[in-house]
Amino acid sequence: MLKPLDILLVGVGGQGTILATRVLAEAAGASGYDIKVSEIKGMAQRGGSVVTQVRLGERVYSPIISRGGADVILAFEKMEAMRWLPFLKADGDIIINNQSIAPVPVLTGAAVYPADCLEKVRGAVPSTVVVDALDIAIKCGNPKAANVVLMGILAKKLPIEKETWLSALRARVPQKFIDVNLQAFEEGYLLG
Amino acid sequence: MKKLLMGNEAMAHGAVEAGVRVVTGYPGTPSSEIFSTLANMAKDYGFHAEWSVNEKVALEVAAGAAYAGARAMVTMKQVGLNVAGDPLMTLAYIGVKGGLVLVVADDPGPHSSQNEQDTRKFAQFAKLPVLDPSTPQEAKDMLKDAFELSEKLGLPVILRPTTRTCHVCQDVTLGEERELQQGDGFEKSPGWVIFPSLAIKRHAWLNKQQETAREIFEQSPFNKLINGTGASGIVTTGVAYNYVMEALDLMGLEIPVLKLGTPYPMPSNLVLGFLDKVDRVLVIEEQEPVVEDQIIKLIWQHKRPLILRGKHGQLVPREGELNVDKVMNILGEFLKIDRQKEAVGELPPLPVRPPVLCSGCPHRASFYAFKQAAGRDAIFTGDIGCYTLGNMAPLNAVDTCLCMGASITIGSGLQIVEQDRKVVAFLGDSTFFHTGIPGLINAVHNGANQTVVVLDNRTTGMTGHQSHPGLERNAIGEPVEPLDIAKLAEACGVKHVRVIDPLEHQRAVAAAKEALDYEGVSLVVMRRECVALTKGKNMPMKLNKEKCLDCGICIEELGCPAISRGTEGPVIGAACTGCNLCGQICPAGAICEGGVAK
Repeated sequence: MLKPLDILLVGVGGQGTILATRVLAEAAGASGYDIKVSEIKGMAQRGGSVVTQVRLGERVYSPIISRGGADVILAFEKMEAMRWLPFLKADGDIIINNQSIAPVPVLTGAAVYPADCLEKVRGAVPSTVVVDALDIAIKCGNPKAANVVLMGILAKKLPIEKETWLSALRARVPQKFIDVNLQAFEEGYLLG
Repeated sequence: MKKLLMGNEAMAHGAVEAGVRVVTGYPGTPSSEIFSTLANMAKDYGFHAEWSVNEKVALEVAAGAAYAGARAMVTMKQVGLNVAGDPLMTLAYIGVKGGLVLVVADDPGPHSSQNEQDTRKFAQFAKLPVLDPSTPQEAKDMLKDAFELSEKLGLPVILRPTTRTCHVCQDVTLGEERELQQGDGFEKSPGWVIFPSLAIKRHAWLNKQQETAREIFEQSPFNKLINGTGASGIVTTGVAYNYVMEALDLMGLEIPVLKLGTPYPMPSNLVLGFLDKVDRVLVIEEQEPVVEDQIIKLIWQHKRPLILRGKHGQLVPREGELNVDKVMNILGEFLKIDRQKEAVGELPPLPVRPPVLCSGCPHRASFYAFKQAAGRDAIFTGDIGCYTLGNMAPLNAVDTCLCMGASITIGSGLQIVEQDRKVVAFLGDSTFFHTGIPGLINAVHNGANQTVVVLDNRTTGMTGHQSHPGLERNAIGEPVEPLDIAKLAEACGVKHVRVIDPLEHQRAVAAAKEALDYEGVSLVVMRRECVALTKGKNMPMKLNKEKCLDCGICIEELGCPAISRGTEGPVIGAACTGCNLCGQICPAGAICEGGVAK
């Protein structure tokens, strides 16, 4: 029996959460899971706070995850990690990309970006994993591959074969970016 | 064959499996990818696919094809059906020959819409059958079935997915694809021409078809009884079915559930059979009490001594989406189960992260130019598109937003009363074609004194870059003759028309001043391609720290997500696309272009 898994991917519109989600869903599907993925498109994609929900199990009904229901949160941005933390299960895992993207109210000085995001999250979840995915992606040759670095870290935590992940990447990433993405995945997988 | 598909992609496959011959639509979240997927398949399969200029046009084109016996489909979001409401209401009287399916996506929440209207209610009003899918797989299967149903009844049929079907991915089993259903052509008959004398006959026929549709739905595979024990039962529809089943699982309950995929006309015998097994019934559906109201009627007609709970006693919310938590609370209340309410951590108070105009978005430059020229007292009416985001601080350049095309017309009304204030209407290029033109003609004809700004970013931006009549390519990528917005405005009688690049800031401000000073209707086309289509061509702007006065104008005036406040003056981030708007407004000339990208 496959253990049900609820995974939240949170970040800022434009960070590539949707591609990462599709890779995850593809890999999970190939591993025999029933899958439901819920995305929000349209206006929120323009730099807003975005969340994608991935639910895996023998039989998945609801496409959305309840508060306190996520086994894993993969946060592409620090403040978004903090925003969505209440959705994590008491014994859940959280992986955070050590990047901050200031929202417009912060840019214009109307609000202050919290300096203690990581400390706050670590205080609540001692096992928090923090990674400089952007730096790693730049070293791999393309800052846009930060999402795939994060996928690599997540991959290590899930009961899905590595080869299945690699096939899912090949299926979903455009041919001309595949090498940099495979490398980004590998770097993430080593850290996971 | 199974394939991981988004609900919208699954529905596109359903249309191909049904042998659809003509597909039309107008983009709108959450419906857009149904058509986009079909547009990509159109050439291979040989069916006709067009983005029509608006939903009324789209429905009429599809109806024409169905008059000739072909299978036709039209896609839109819920508010689009209002635009298509005029043809829809009478098309129900006239009927169709080939199958005609309207896919109308609802957006409870709402996530990306101006309201939460329920298309099932509209279907009931138009007296048309409606199908309510719970998953992408079911949406695909229903779409195929909807064509058969439409041909059996001679009526258009509505498929109404919601955001949580449209934008949910799951493994979908694909079926056999059918050859294109071309039909045997249009036959002349008085039945195609609506006169009052025909309308009364067809109205009687349409009323009779409600009964026929109901009988068909009594046997529909989309209605399902899930057995259980006890004297309390649940009736549920659409996506809410998933929340109900999961909530029951989590609560360890096994009570009978009737899942309805055909909310209107409701299969009353099936429902009555279910009601006779229970003493108390709870109706759980999203949005309006469409099924609930029909069950109330049924209970009254058949004098059943039942207790019914749902939206009328405010147990089930009428606004927003449902979810498993909400349904568990509703079930707890209905079944009088004391539920241990878990201490739910409150979301920490964090700076909000609303969506914003992209860095380098030409709309920012257009808004800023008009703000410079018009001053604070001017009223800026807005429209539906990315540029509604111009409402946010620090631009504060959208004072009204109502529906597609309303920027010009609301402006016309305002200027009648607010005679001493400048009134500027902003609308996008696709919106101009959609419903902007009648308002423009109206303004000219009725002697309005207002300025219209067409934010011409050469695409339909918000919904994912669809084509429109101002472009050189149509929906399936074929070359077409583009329509010129400036010439159209002149033909509508506008005497003062200018076309400007908003990223040439001084010229844009001058053009704005000139247009505002003009007595009568003036129109400025702010033409610059959407930055999402051009980014990567220029290097980010460079800041000369020696020259920078740290005055904050570049940060505070523009609200560009690429410029932030560092410890020593502004910082230009990697998100910068090099549009050079900040460079042009910097009083010290401290921001320079980074050049063309390598």
